[in-house]
Amino acid sequence: MARLSELSEHERDHLLKMREQAPRLEPKHWVSGPALSKRRVAIVSTAGLHAGSDSAFAPGEGATGYRVIASDTNPVTLMMSHISVNFDRSGFRRDPEIVFPLSRLKELADEGVIGSVADYHYSFMGAPFPPTRFEGKAKELAALLHRDRVDAAILLPV
Amino acid sequence: MSAIGHYLESAGIATASISLVREHTEVMQPPRALWVPFPLGRPLGVPHNAAFQRKVLKALLGLFERHSGPVLEDFKEDAPPDTAWAPTDVQGEACPVFFDSPPEQAGELLSVLRDELDQLAPWQALAAHRRGASAFGLAGQTPAALAGQLVALTDASSTSSSDWQSAKLAVDDLRTFYEEAAASQPSPLAPAALAEWFYTKTQLGRLLHTLRQLGLAHEDATARQIADRMLIPRKFHVDH
Repeated sequence: MARLSELSEHERDHLLKMREQAPRLEPKHWVSGPALSKRRVAIVSTAGLHAGSDSAFAPGEGATGYRVIASDTNPVTLMMSHISVNFDRSGFRRDPEIVFPLSRLKELADEGVIGSVADYHYSFMGAPFPPTRFEGKAKELAALLHRDRVDAAILLPV
Repeated sequence: MSAIGHYLESAGIATASISLVREHTEVMQPPRALWVPFPLGRPLGVPHNAAFQRKVLKALLGLFERHSGPVLEDFKEDAPPDTAWAPTDVQGEACPVFFDSPPEQAGELLSVLRDELDQLAPWQALAAHRRGASAFGLAGQTPAALAGQLVALTDASSTSSSDWQSAKLAVDDLRTFYEEAAASQPSPLAPAALAEWFYTKTQLGRLLHTLRQLGLAHEDATARQIADRMLIPRKFHVDH
């Protein structure tokens, strides 16, 4: 269904327009690391997720702010405040793992598929335009991930 | 998402991202990406199917075993059917609630909205019980208070951009309330039908269309932007 041919005409046109306007970033960085079974993994989402006690994302926030989600958070208590109305939320309503698979990740750590799960995970809300505006916050996040000894970040859009 | 991949990688963190729109990932070229053929909003494919979610996650994590990139791989398996969905449309009895004629007066609108909320409330409570928590509660108010806030916006002589930002939060919260309620009924509607029901068949959906028209004519740019893009999905706009 995320095939463009299966989306509505308006949605398809919008996404194609965004593709035309997207900046071309040179793929010049590649970080090597240990085997997957030794890696410490964090989730970085753009689904506008946050703890119930945390503040909701606001339309004026500029899409570069993020919220911290501790690893001992029960995913069913997560809230979603996203400015876009153009994606399905019913899956998240029923099972937050479909957007934020923290329990799945912990299962894979228990089985030795990955080394461990990070203590902290992060969520942005959507993407600013142009997405190059992410640079400052992404580098801030990288410093936090290093301090959590993370060597693999999985990036999950919505 | 792709830009975050570039920036984290440049700062020494290896990344692998799920791609929902392959065409975007192709031009942005993040270091490692797995395109998945799932609906927007469902990056792991299907709710309550741990085995399938693990399969997607393992395919994504497997990209960390690659030695060079950028890598853009396809996850070729479609999501299995979401067995909770009903093979039906949004007409008549399939609707979680159904009202036929729109009210004429604002006072009456609020009353009809409250009836709608009352009908949905037990189902939403059931959904919250089953899930262990509710995603409703962003605005920290009751559904009736949120509905009152939106109706008041249609009646106000002047409104500020913060009124519209607050209304956006109220709309998101009410959408959660409606969708949680609808999803807990027998044979719940599939996502596309659920959205069609919410935006075109409910009293709240009708109110949103009224609010959108009011906001589009607002002198404040933030209010216009919220009305234009953040209340109703593009496919349900009546003026596109």
